[in-house]
Amino acid sequence: MNRYPFWKYLIIAVSILLGLLYTLPNFYGESPAVQISPLRTAAKADTALLQRVEEELKNANLPIRGMFLEPGGVKVSFADTDMQIKARDTLQSRLGNGYMVALNLLPNSPQWLTNIGALPMYLGLDLRGGVHFMLQVDMQGALSKALDRYSADIRGSLREKKIPYAGLEKQGSVIIVKFRNSESRAQAEAEIKRSYDDLNLREENVGPEFHLKATLTSEAQARIQDSAVQQNITTLRNRVNELGVAEPIIQRAGADRVVVQLPGVQDTAKAKDILGRTATLEVRMVDEEREVEAALRGQVPFGTELYTERGGGPILVKKQVVLTGDRINDAQAGFDANNQPAVHLNLDNNGARIFRQLTRENVGKRMAILLIEKNQAEVITAPVIREEIGGGRVQISGRMTTEEARDVALLLRAGALAAPMDIIEERTVGPSLGAENISRGFNSTLYGFAAIVVFMIVYYVMFGFISVTALGVNLLLLIGLLSILQATLTLPGMAAIALTIGMAIDANVLINERIREELRLGMPPQAAINGGYERAFGTIIDSNITTLIAGIALFAFGTGPVKGFAVVLCLGILTSMFSAVFVSRGLVNLVYGGRRKLERVSIGQVWKPADDKR
Amino acid sequence: MEFFRIKRDIPFMSWGKYTTAISSVTFILAAFFLATKGLNLGVDFTGGTVMEVGYAQPADINKIRGTLVKLGMPDASVQNFGTSRDVLIRLPIKPEFSSAALSETVITALREDEQTAEIRRVEFVGPQVGKELVESGALALLVVCLGIVAYLAMRFEWKFGVAGIIANLHDVIIILGFFAFFQWEFSLTVLAAILAILGYSVNESVVIFDRIRENFRRLRKAPVTQVIDNAITRTMSRTIITHGSTEMVVISMLIFGGEALHYFALALTIGIVFGIYSSVLVASPILMLLGVSRQDIVRPEKKEEAEALP
Repeated sequence: MNRYPFWKYLIIAVSILLGLLYTLPNFYGESPAVQISPLRTAAKADTALLQRVEEELKNANLPIRGMFLEPGGVKVSFADTDMQIKARDTLQSRLGNGYMVALNLLPNSPQWLTNIGALPMYLGLDLRGGVHFMLQVDMQGALSKALDRYSADIRGSLREKKIPYAGLEKQGSVIIVKFRNSESRAQAEAEIKRSYDDLNLREENVGPEFHLKATLTSEAQARIQDSAVQQNITTLRNRVNELGVAEPIIQRAGADRVVVQLPGVQDTAKAKDILGRTATLEVRMVDEEREVEAALRGQVPFGTELYTERGGGPILVKKQVVLTGDRINDAQAGFDANNQPAVHLNLDNNGARIFRQLTRENVGKRMAILLIEKNQAEVITAPVIREEIGGGRVQISGRMTTEEARDVALLLRAGALAAPMDIIEERTVGPSLGAENISRGFNSTLYGFAAIVVFMIVYYVMFGFISVTALGVNLLLLIGLLSILQATLTLPGMAAIALTIGMAIDANVLINERIREELRLGMPPQAAINGGYERAFGTIIDSNITTLIAGIALFAFGTGPVKGFAVVLCLGILTSMFSAVFVSRGLVNLVYGGRRKLERVSIGQVWKPADDKR
Repeated sequence: MEFFRIKRDIPFMSWGKYTTAISSVTFILAAFFLATKGLNLGVDFTGGTVMEVGYAQPADINKIRGTLVKLGMPDASVQNFGTSRDVLIRLPIKPEFSSAALSETVITALREDEQTAEIRRVEFVGPQVGKELVESGALALLVVCLGIVAYLAMRFEWKFGVAGIIANLHDVIIILGFFAFFQWEFSLTVLAAILAILGYSVNESVVIFDRIRENFRRLRKAPVTQVIDNAITRTMSRTIITHGSTEMVVISMLIFGGEALHYFALALTIGIVFGIYSSVLVASPILMLLGVSRQDIVRPEKKEEAEALP
């Protein structure tokens, strides 16, 4: 009765083999690497890039440990971090702005393991170091921006259709258009209704004025907010690429949140600064017909705003925006003819057309280039237009430092955020702490495991040994499974591995105690083993399912580190049921099953009440 | 080796009066400390910033405190963390500093005093996030409880479900009581530990319930008290051995796991100790109290199976 058919042993053997295979990469460790990926679609990650990188590194006298070409880019590993950082600096300066050069870690495992998809476990930020941000998109801000756009559009339409209106203002989430008589209001209403189906219109009479109140429909609101989050994610992704981070995670979390994880980022201040900035560019005309002095006294003429030019005097700038940062294809920091730091812009077709028209019609006049950050606009420069500028190439220079020029270029390149964002959660772990956490988690597991091994073997002898072997298989399968699934391993996850070991032995203790009990009742050993396993099985299932319920709930409601704990706990329960019941039974059958006349089993002393009556 | 040599069934049920008294006292004490002292909630739940700063040599806590006061943060708490070279700084939410700027401001100021200061860890949790974490934590607790009751009710009978969950909530309250009394920091990981304990320690009740069910079928004439006493006595050695093994691992975590896992391991340690007690001496008396009887378990259609047992 204690024999397994061959196929059952086969399953055990195969699962142990797979476990070994996929656990193996974790033992090789990782070496520092540099990852080079092209930023623009024009540049490809191909063998040419591979050769170029190799050449550059050879010229810089940096020995390469390994080199891989992947669809996303080229990865080069080095012997130590010193060389890695030197290589990054070399490549960054030699390859130029078209490529992202990021620090990374590459598994040292042999190629054949990588080929079968055996990778080391994916370490969470608390183990490898890095930054985790949760950002909240300001939905009100997104709506307000949209309303601004509608206001401008309505103004334009009314002017175009020559419908007279007395004023237009935005109050909270309502655009109010004022009219002197109800006819023009009716005309306007028809026109707005025709052109903008995202707006709800309502008439209202305030004193002698005829008002038309426009609000966004709820569908439009939802759509605007949704696309704001989407656009912010795109922008964040661009910015993170500019920062040079290997394997960043940027994903939406719920309706209005974005999670950003940057493994291995050291300069968190810079990361926070770049992620949170909302810089965009606007080109407007300078109003030179009206007096700046009057504006300085507080009477800003209608349709204009008062700004101070960077390093210059106050100027009046028209409210109407001619060109926005959306029209920028590319932005690079550089120097102008006078060797001053400058940003070189490359406009898209539409932008180039608008810009040519603008410059053609306004030769001799001044235009203002405004940088808008956190709702604060600043005129960087207000040059006089000397001639028509075609081709969409624009250069902005105006008392910037090199650093500023570089940041502005980066932000313009990455695009603007559709709505402002706030960091509502941040978790940063330095790399030294990450390494410490790994060794702590490892030691907890190691010593806990060792203690159980000693106890089980002393207490249950041969059966203890079998239980411990099964426990080892459990650990192997768990780590193999975590490696296959590439589930994120966090410090609580490592704690869960340790805890799983403590809990998995439960099943074997249950079985061993049952066998002892059967023996105590005078069963022959073979029957006792069989009975012990059979009877303990139901209990093992019950007790594991209750723990699984807790694990699943933790997974469903947990965030970040707790989720990591839950994943490992759930997987550990599954592997422990397999190993404690199936594998240990296989071992017992292998040891005892073949013997027809089994006198006694080595399960430690089985005390019977009768023995004590001396 | 055999630890437990028990000749006769231990009359656990007749001790019901005492065990109930002990449970009630510890429970009331725990609830008292929870009510009066409250939990020392970590930054996960309250919102705020925690910074772990590492120095090359032992850190001067008073100087750090002074620097923070100068920055306009007199309400910051500064303490050593693990070693004398590591410092943990807790900052409440500051509306006047943006979240991102806060930790930068602090570390810049600390670097001016001492070049070697480096950020080892920063955790910032905004107030709304903290509130959500409290809510999702409470929800997780509720779901785990309901899930376990439902499972036990399905597998056994509703009385078993109720008895099991009461015994385990009793453990949870006691763990919380410890955290309130010693004012240990209650963080998200501690909550995870408590939920894991809830799932784990129900195991114990399940094992005993399993035996009770089996005994109801086997010992057909025995009174309910004897059935339960026998079930507890016969599962006792494995209860203590399994909990002992788990405790070994958890204590290893407490010793080697460092500061980050300290309270997590502590919650597990306490939970496991009380888990033994509650499943043996709390769950079963409650089951008795709920009036469990043979009819609840041995249904007519299962009669054959019951008779087949030796």
